[in-house]
Amino acid sequence: MRNHPVFTDNDPQTELSTLNLGPTHPATHGVFQNVLQLDGERIVSGVSTIGYIHRAFEKISEHRPFYQITTLTDRMNYCSSPINNMGWHMTVEKLLGIQTPKRVDYLRVIIMELARISDHIICNGVLGVDTGAFTGFLYMMKYREDIYEIYEEICGSRLTTNIGRIGGFERNFNHIAFDKTRKFLTEFPKALKEFENLFSRNRIFVDRTKGVAAVDAETALSYSWTGPLLRAAGVDYDVRVMEPYSSYQDFDFEVPVGTNGDVYDRFLVRNEEMWQSMRLIEQALAKIAKEPSDIFHADVPDFYLPPKEEVYNNMEALIYHFKIVMGEIPTPNSEVYHAVEGANGELGFYLVNDGGRTPYRLHFRRPSFINYQMYAPMSRGMLLSDAIINMSSLNVIAGELDA
Amino acid sequence: MTKITNEELLNSIKTKFDNEVTSVTEPFGLLTIETGRETIIDLLTFLKTDAKLQFIFLTDITAIHYPETEKPIGIIYHLHSLVNNVRIRIKVFVTDGDVHIPTATVLWNGANWMERETYDFFGVVFDGHPDLRRILNVDDMTVFPMRKEYPLEDPNRVDKRDYFFGR
Repeated sequence: MRNHPVFTDNDPQTELSTLNLGPTHPATHGVFQNVLQLDGERIVSGVSTIGYIHRAFEKISEHRPFYQITTLTDRMNYCSSPINNMGWHMTVEKLLGIQTPKRVDYLRVIIMELARISDHIICNGVLGVDTGAFTGFLYMMKYREDIYEIYEEICGSRLTTNIGRIGGFERNFNHIAFDKTRKFLTEFPKALKEFENLFSRNRIFVDRTKGVAAVDAETALSYSWTGPLLRAAGVDYDVRVMEPYSSYQDFDFEVPVGTNGDVYDRFLVRNEEMWQSMRLIEQALAKIAKEPSDIFHADVPDFYLPPKEEVYNNMEALIYHFKIVMGEIPTPNSEVYHAVEGANGELGFYLVNDGGRTPYRLHFRRPSFINYQMYAPMSRGMLLSDAIINMSSLNVIAGELDA
Repeated sequence: MTKITNEELLNSIKTKFDNEVTSVTEPFGLLTIETGRETIIDLLTFLKTDAKLQFIFLTDITAIHYPETEKPIGIIYHLHSLVNNVRIRIKVFVTDGDVHIPTATVLWNGANWMERETYDFFGVVFDGHPDLRRILNVDDMTVFPMRKEYPLEDPNRVDKRDYFFGR
């Protein structure tokens, strides 16, 4: 972090100006308020205020059966909501001891990696916008649209997906979903390569990002950073490798790490992660071809809703339907912590269950919330324009910040 | 990847904190221990600085409320040893009239907002915290909303009573 050469704290000549950055400012991409003390264009100190879109998800969760909590997780990191959905399903499956079939795991990997790509497209595209290059953002937005169309084929919705169910998916992937995924895999590499060429050696971009907001590994760890931010600082911590879930241990992929932990390294790490995500999707498609094509959920009638035709015509299915909807199935009296590698870092679900129809306590470890607390301290001594691109590269999503 | 087992982990904790560790459980393979607030910072420091264990990463701090027990408020720490790839969960229960616990910000900067969030929702006062204010709720709120005595919905609502569900 740079120190201002002229300004000292005790200088009576200095008149500081106060700037309210946010809560609604086009440069902050969400509801973030920072009250900054400025000396010219240098930030002397800042105070972050958060909570503008706090919706009490943890309290609401204590009053909802497990399957109704999925829709709350959508609204945390809404740029990659499928990862949140899957993380929650896997937490419940861990608690209930449900083993998902391999095909379900691989389908989940496809969805989660598509979500990671769509999240990184936004983050890196916006980073370009904030450094003055709109082209990359608009160009890449087409591919986010392609990903959203794949979501639509699978679950019918685009942003807040509510994708999947406890035990698997609500319906099998149709051939259009697979076709669109394959089409995406053939078209996107070319675009991503062009996007990289636009930025990674662009003089203006490099000057604006290199060395800005550099964080060393020790500081990043002490602030509990995870995800691309921690990896850009040089720590190769990735939940997918350390504690594989959803059969990630069957896949061959690399975890990119940076060296300086600055905005430029975060950009490169995210870009490389998109390439790795595509490798993962390719492998998953190849593995799915070897699995029986009609399996899309685990055999858990206690928690997986039966098809509607059976509910109307079959006594057992009707009973299961009723019991699931009313939350009548007994659940273990235990506690579980499950973490997934969200697009921003370790997304953890700490679920304490007392055997009732709702969780006794549910806590979300939200990476944005924990990553963002360093923003005000690290902005000290920074130029205002650098603080803006630093915020973009942190990829703080307001929904995940406030929960 | 070298991985230490939960027994080894528990043994090395017990060599130093034998009397202070109460209630050892292992739900879903995650070692969960309980201790008192007098020892919590010593225990966290030991876990963080011990050359073999190296729990350098604070994953999360949160709390839980069990009303009508002797010590209703529990503060829960999740630590992660990235070197050994093992996690540990530590719980500290405190009595209702005296919800104080020393701050972990002396060990991890990241504990700052986690503790503010825990204070905001459960009223746990972290002694020595540099800036213990509400974080997600409005500043002039007078209650701690995640405690069980605060209902989510209008208590006069009758369509969700337990007897409709056979309970």
